[in-house]
Amino acid sequence: MAAQKPVFDVRSLLRRPEFGAFVSALFVFIFFAIFGGAEFLGPGGLSSTLNIAAELGLIALPVALVMIAGDLDLSVGSTMMASAVVMALLSGTYGLPTIVGVGGALAVGLIAGFLNGIITTKTNLPSFVVTLAVSFATSGLAFGIIRLLTGTLQADVTPEPWLKDTLGTLFFNNWEGAIGLFIIVSAIVSWILYKTKYGNWIYAIGGDVVSAKATGIPVDKVRIALFMGSGVGSALLGIVQTAMYNSAQVGAGSSFVFNSIIAVVIGGVLLTGGYGSPVGVVLGCITFATVGQGIYYTGWESDWALLFIGTLLLAAVLSNNTFRRLALGGGKKKSAKESK
Amino acid sequence: MAKSTSKPIFSLKNVTKDFAGYKALNDVSLEVYPGQVLCLLGDNGAGKSTLIKVLSGFHKPTEGTVQWEGENVEFKSPKDANDRGVATVHQFGGTFPLMSVGRSFFVGLEPTKGWGPFKRFDKKYANQVAVREMQALGITRVTDGERLIGSLSGGERQASAIARAVHFGAKVLILDEPTAALGVKEATHVLRIIMQAKHKGIAVILVTHNVSHALTVGDHFAVLIRGEKADDFKKGERTREQITDLMAGGEAMAELENELNTLTGTINQIH
Repeated sequence: MAAQKPVFDVRSLLRRPEFGAFVSALFVFIFFAIFGGAEFLGPGGLSSTLNIAAELGLIALPVALVMIAGDLDLSVGSTMMASAVVMALLSGTYGLPTIVGVGGALAVGLIAGFLNGIITTKTNLPSFVVTLAVSFATSGLAFGIIRLLTGTLQADVTPEPWLKDTLGTLFFNNWEGAIGLFIIVSAIVSWILYKTKYGNWIYAIGGDVVSAKATGIPVDKVRIALFMGSGVGSALLGIVQTAMYNSAQVGAGSSFVFNSIIAVVIGGVLLTGGYGSPVGVVLGCITFATVGQGIYYTGWESDWALLFIGTLLLAAVLSNNTFRRLALGGGKKKSAKESK
Repeated sequence: MAKSTSKPIFSLKNVTKDFAGYKALNDVSLEVYPGQVLCLLGDNGAGKSTLIKVLSGFHKPTEGTVQWEGENVEFKSPKDANDRGVATVHQFGGTFPLMSVGRSFFVGLEPTKGWGPFKRFDKKYANQVAVREMQALGITRVTDGERLIGSLSGGERQASAIARAVHFGAKVLILDEPTAALGVKEATHVLRIIMQAKHKGIAVILVTHNVSHALTVGDHFAVLIRGEKADDFKKGERTREQITDLMAGGEAMAELENELNTLTGTINQIH
């Protein structure tokens, strides 16, 4: 690094983990505001963008905590699908009250997360392998059970009004109830990370797991709890989609595995763990959704959205590394002896 | 043998650590006194790391006993040792480069305010205390607890870790090569901090390669060679040359110098 002029106000802003996410969200928004025109900026365009961001965020926010602690969760898609299946089977096929189905769906999320966590911590295998295995097993189990019980891959359900009118409907014809849930989940995740000692533990585990253990942090329990959190997030999305479409979305899910990771990384979370912020992840979800939805309003083929996302992801990873260097280069004379 | 009027706070009695047939430590006895600096000297692979891992609860000795304040103890985990008052600081000090000074200072021992579900991490207090404790050790350049550990200099990182140990009432402070990665000025500062800790009555175990640093702050010295304690002496009982010879594995430094002289001689001839 060259000699740095002390431009501290700018630098402290640059050092925030969500800065990159803010820039990319702003960039894509302005881009599609220009090329997508008035319709993209109208209630239809904005709501569809926010709906997608909210659904993605339900999974991406708890996944961000998992990733800040240094793990990956590739099972979110299957968990979401399996919890939707369980909900539809319980409340639809077997006619139990909606609350039972919702409880069953959440239980699926908790169990899948617990399995991910306990296997990862007990075997010391990389979490991406463990969660990938759990992902396939969960899918297989869910498909197997639904086919066994209904003979098809179709399970319908009519949610009771308390659920249908909150999470299963469009407010003012545009806005999904998931947006409210997204706000609540954002608040909870932010609270945990910024305001509780558990947040400190999550950063410490992602930063250096051996040292974290030495200070007495119950590392295994925290990691298991975080996997259970991402399980619950996946189950919430399963519940929302089942409530929206009155049936378990068996095909849905797999796209959320990578989309959640993309949103988290665009949101400024380091792939190596130890750094990141919920605000950034919210912006990451919005960026992702803006690209996906904005492309429709430009009149271009939607294929181009993939190119866009791929480029953004690469730019995000590169800039995350740069921002991390900036964050670490806070001292004036430090760079001279960075030799370790 | 180093003897002191006070009683040792921490001692090893005939400790052997065996890794699948390889004796990393062989029958080592050591005594650590409050308010004194014990320098642990030795070449790479001499067993210094294994020794401090036994002291800090990472390893259990294969044979022999560990005594804490005169009583036999068995540390079940690093946390167990930590709870008794053994703090270990590694070469790069604070180990969480991407955490703020305030947050990393309190990792695992977070101060909270409020009650019940509203109990929350007291960031303001954490930052204040961390900065205050570092300032008390003479680190005046760090005034903002929000600074990331990774943005501090090597000496400042050491100071932050030592400050944490002192703040949480460490009785024994193990410093693993704290000056190895530092420039001269920073190293001097860290040595000054070690003296401060010593004057607070903390027993300091300083692992180092650097004989000058050891002689500056050490009260007594132990030299390890291939897992065995080769020598154990008090300040002033050995010359610098004797210590250097010992650290080079007992091989006389003079011989090595002769050898080097012949080499440079050859080079001179070429010229």
